[in-house]
Amino acid sequence: MAEAKPTPQDVLHRIQHSPPRSDWMETPVEIRKGMYCYAANPKSVATLGLPHPHAWNPVEDDWHLPENWQQIIHEGFKERLERFRSFKVFMDICVRCGACADKCHYFIGTGDPKNMPVLRAELLRSVYRNDFSRMGRILGKLNGARPMNFDVLREWWYYLFQCSECRRCSLFCPYGIDTAEITIMGRELLNLLGLNIDWIATPVANCYMNGNHLGIQPHAFKDMIDFFVDDIEEKTGVRVKPRFMEKGADILFITPSGDVFADPGTYTAMGYLMLFHYLEEKYGLKVTWSTYASEGGNFGFFTSHETMKRLNAKMYAEAKRLKVKWILGGECGHMWRVIHQYMDTMNGPADFLEVPVNPITGTRFEQARSTKMVHLVEFTADLLHHGKLEIDKRRNDYLNVTFHDSCNPSRGMGFFEEPRYVIRNVCNHFYEMPANTIREQTFCCGSGAGLNAGENMELRLAGGLPRANAVQHVHRKYGVNMLACICAIDRAALPALMDYWVPGVQVTGVHELVANALNLPGQNERTTNLRGEEFEELMAQAEGHTDEG
Amino acid sequence: MGEGLFDRIAKERTALLSRWFEAAVEAYAPDTVSFLKDRRDPFANPVGSRTRDGLETLFDQLIGEMEPQALTRGLDPILRIRAVQNLTPARAVGFVFALKRILAERFEGLASAEERRQIAELHERIDRMALAAFDLYMACREQVMELKANEMRYRTFRAFQRAGLVRPEHEQPSSEAEA
Amino acid sequence: MNKRYLFAFLVVFVLFLAAGLGSAVGLQWLFGVVIPYAAVIVFVAGFARKVLNWAASPVPFAIPTTGGQGRSFDWIPQAKIDNPSGGWGVLLRLLFEVLTFRSLFRNTRMRLKEEKIAYQLEIFLWVGALAFHYAFLTVLLRHTRFFLEPTPGCIQLLETLDSFFRVEILYPGIQFGLPAVYLSGFVLLLAVVYLTLRRILIPAVRYVSLVSDYFPLLLIFGIALSGILMRYVTKVDIRAVKELTLGLVTFRPTVPEGIGAVFYIHLFLVSVLIAYFPYSKLMHLGGIFLSPTRNLRGDTRAYRHVNPWNYPVPVHTYEEYEEEFREKMIEAGLPVEKELAEAAQEKE
Repeated sequence: MAEAKPTPQDVLHRIQHSPPRSDWMETPVEIRKGMYCYAANPKSVATLGLPHPHAWNPVEDDWHLPENWQQIIHEGFKERLERFRSFKVFMDICVRCGACADKCHYFIGTGDPKNMPVLRAELLRSVYRNDFSRMGRILGKLNGARPMNFDVLREWWYYLFQCSECRRCSLFCPYGIDTAEITIMGRELLNLLGLNIDWIATPVANCYMNGNHLGIQPHAFKDMIDFFVDDIEEKTGVRVKPRFMEKGADILFITPSGDVFADPGTYTAMGYLMLFHYLEEKYGLKVTWSTYASEGGNFGFFTSHETMKRLNAKMYAEAKRLKVKWILGGECGHMWRVIHQYMDTMNGPADFLEVPVNPITGTRFEQARSTKMVHLVEFTADLLHHGKLEIDKRRNDYLNVTFHDSCNPSRGMGFFEEPRYVIRNVCNHFYEMPANTIREQTFCCGSGAGLNAGENMELRLAGGLPRANAVQHVHRKYGVNMLACICAIDRAALPALMDYWVPGVQVTGVHELVANALNLPGQNERTTNLRGEEFEELMAQAEGHTDEG
Repeated sequence: MGEGLFDRIAKERTALLSRWFEAAVEAYAPDTVSFLKDRRDPFANPVGSRTRDGLETLFDQLIGEMEPQALTRGLDPILRIRAVQNLTPARAVGFVFALKRILAERFEGLASAEERRQIAELHERIDRMALAAFDLYMACREQVMELKANEMRYRTFRAFQRAGLVRPEHEQPSSEAEA
Repeated sequence: MNKRYLFAFLVVFVLFLAAGLGSAVGLQWLFGVVIPYAAVIVFVAGFARKVLNWAASPVPFAIPTTGGQGRSFDWIPQAKIDNPSGGWGVLLRLLFEVLTFRSLFRNTRMRLKEEKIAYQLEIFLWVGALAFHYAFLTVLLRHTRFFLEPTPGCIQLLETLDSFFRVEILYPGIQFGLPAVYLSGFVLLLAVVYLTLRRILIPAVRYVSLVSDYFPLLLIFGIALSGILMRYVTKVDIRAVKELTLGLVTFRPTVPEGIGAVFYIHLFLVSVLIAYFPYSKLMHLGGIFLSPTRNLRGDTRAYRHVNPWNYPVPVHTYEEYEEEFREKMIEAGLPVEKELAEAAQEKE
């Protein structure tokens, strides 16, 4: 047990410099501190009426499972095989060629062989073979089949919450086997026993009841935005006037609540406000925020398909109530996978909305024809392409920017050129990381899929190493000092990653860069950036750095 | 004799380094070792490549100046990785001591007084390296703990604080990270 | 030593012996007719059952893995194969996947040389897999000559291409020299050996390999080896073999005299392989076409994918939300549907 005091034998064992070699199925899992997240608070599980809310501790020997838990897992497994062709096919066709083995950032970073994607899937397959295949049962362990028992369950829990559902392995799989899909199913099964982690369960409950993951109530949400308004005025001399739940506005805007409540996402949120103000002043476009639908992210996606749908329903519901034309979504990763690949199917058809058209440029967003939700970055890219924004790039001259492709917009959308186009149009110095660490081959921040808690910091830092390593390369080679991203989890997780691995690199959302460069009508001298740092000092520092390099 | 032993070690740099690397990655699961060894792409295998680079720097310092900054440059990347991989402290820094064994295997039967003196000198250097490794490992662990403790507060609490949404009596003394 | 590949080896070895002994003690009918028929029946029924079983599960969500720039504005070029937006694109993506193993081809490795980055293909697995599959296909097609009379022209052409370097060494005593050497058989054998060794020697791959990974490889090794033995060493009587095989396909089975044991071993191992096929990972042949991360279009915001079991779920409605926060919302100046008085009235 990880928490227990080590015995003298343990101490001697630990001094051995190499771990023992043994078959993976015969190596019992050791739930280690720093690698796992705390168990879900039963209150949060109960809020959504999810099964078996109970108090338990992962490092204890009794997880207080229901009497018939094996049967629950078996039936849940069966039901999901019948509902999802993906699950069934992925259980059957893996040839264990090993192409995925070294593609996982958690494997690369932790060196734990059970983090090879193929093995993560084998955790479920081993039970599948036992429960649903005659041949598997006859040959037993020899052919990788084993009955579900408590040790297997612990192994599932430990390793399914060490997968960020980033889909990098799926890209390299000759059959497109998607470990994210398998992790999603496995986590659904664990949720049948009330075995979620708290970092997911509590945000889900908050989001369900209060509209956002942090549980911020409507007035506090408004207070925070009002604060941004003051802050923007202080820095630019312009008072922006955000709209809230305004019926008949043109567009409903939804972004992850992390942008509103956590640094450095807050500066990105200020960027959104400035852009919308500019568009209203110049072109009369009316964009409204909502406190009811104040969460773009969807930790339900990390719980179960059903929970994802329950949280996502608010987007269309609010758009319908407010009678807007279409929806605009902020910078977020998994939020955009949910919107791009699930929302229309789950909660559509959105026949009460119009096919999105940018009234300023006349562009019809064919790519969002049915879902009727447009990514803010593609919206801005369209504005820039048509020269509709007045930009002074020099305000970003102190920055050497690189761009981290977030997993979900990359491998669940193919959203690569839009953010790069925007960055290049608002910054003069942009540098790419090596090709096998960006775009469709991008490395995860190490904290995706609800794993950005504090208690699993070691896992996050180890899993983020491949990403940080590539950032360090451009930091040393080109003096990159700003890591741009379009994901709220990235903005929350990457600063710690940078602190630890690449000090000297800060993290920003793309729209913070846009807002710094955007000339607002009636603005002041603009002597500071949105973070309140003096441009003069920043430029001097930047030059000093270049001189050294 | 003079610098004899040090010169001989320098001559066998590649072979000795390769053995040292193998000893160092033994800290990991045997099924991972071949990946760490064989994947030479620094972006696909940062653990292997950082370890390799670090050991090279350390090796040159061992038979060179033992310059503190260079030692840190060699040790830090390796221990920074090991501090987040949940290796026991013993397993994390054990690779430094492995060098004693490797040198002993390669240069056994050295008997002259001068050689013994040089071996003692090498052992003393390796011990210094190991102590530095302990220090760095602990420093990294402390940084991890600090990130654990402060990340949430630092990111979210500060945003609220800036917005004046925290009542003054609830404000907490600023930590080093915020200063 | 690893129980898993030893066990697989043992099974193949026993099968080998069984067929050899069986044909020697006069069980030619069993090994030449009964088992092949049974195997084909098992294969067809099993394959159909498996595919129908997969197809019986719906595809509730469109979850393609997007491997390139998606459909966007017309001034942003789309990666039409890796992130297809229409039926043709999807078809191309699948074809490239099936014919060239495109995803496997993505494996690149990189070296940093004096701060310059160079990419190399991590090519061995890809080449090995391609060689294996194409050699297998060629061998398979060549074998149709045993089931068709007369042999179609295209098969003869294939044979000519396959044996483009014809080895005819005329020893004294060997009247006709060696028959044409078919490259595909040897490539198959080499590829199988490579794939097996790779599995045994690369620790990470060995770590995840099961009996069912070694077994088909060793079985195919046995098949290729017995085939090659038959053709180049024991010189089986081709005419007698063709009589047997034609008998099988025309449902007039006969067992001609004078076919050596090696043939029965070969045929038996093939029978085992095809009977085993539908119950094993070899079904990746069919599975790739049904893989939802590869066979769906990427422009999922432009087309609505329908989930046949989409069911209504409980949601927290705006009305419930306003009910809870009405007072605070009004105080903060947020618009509400019902003013306090109105809501109070309704409650009464």
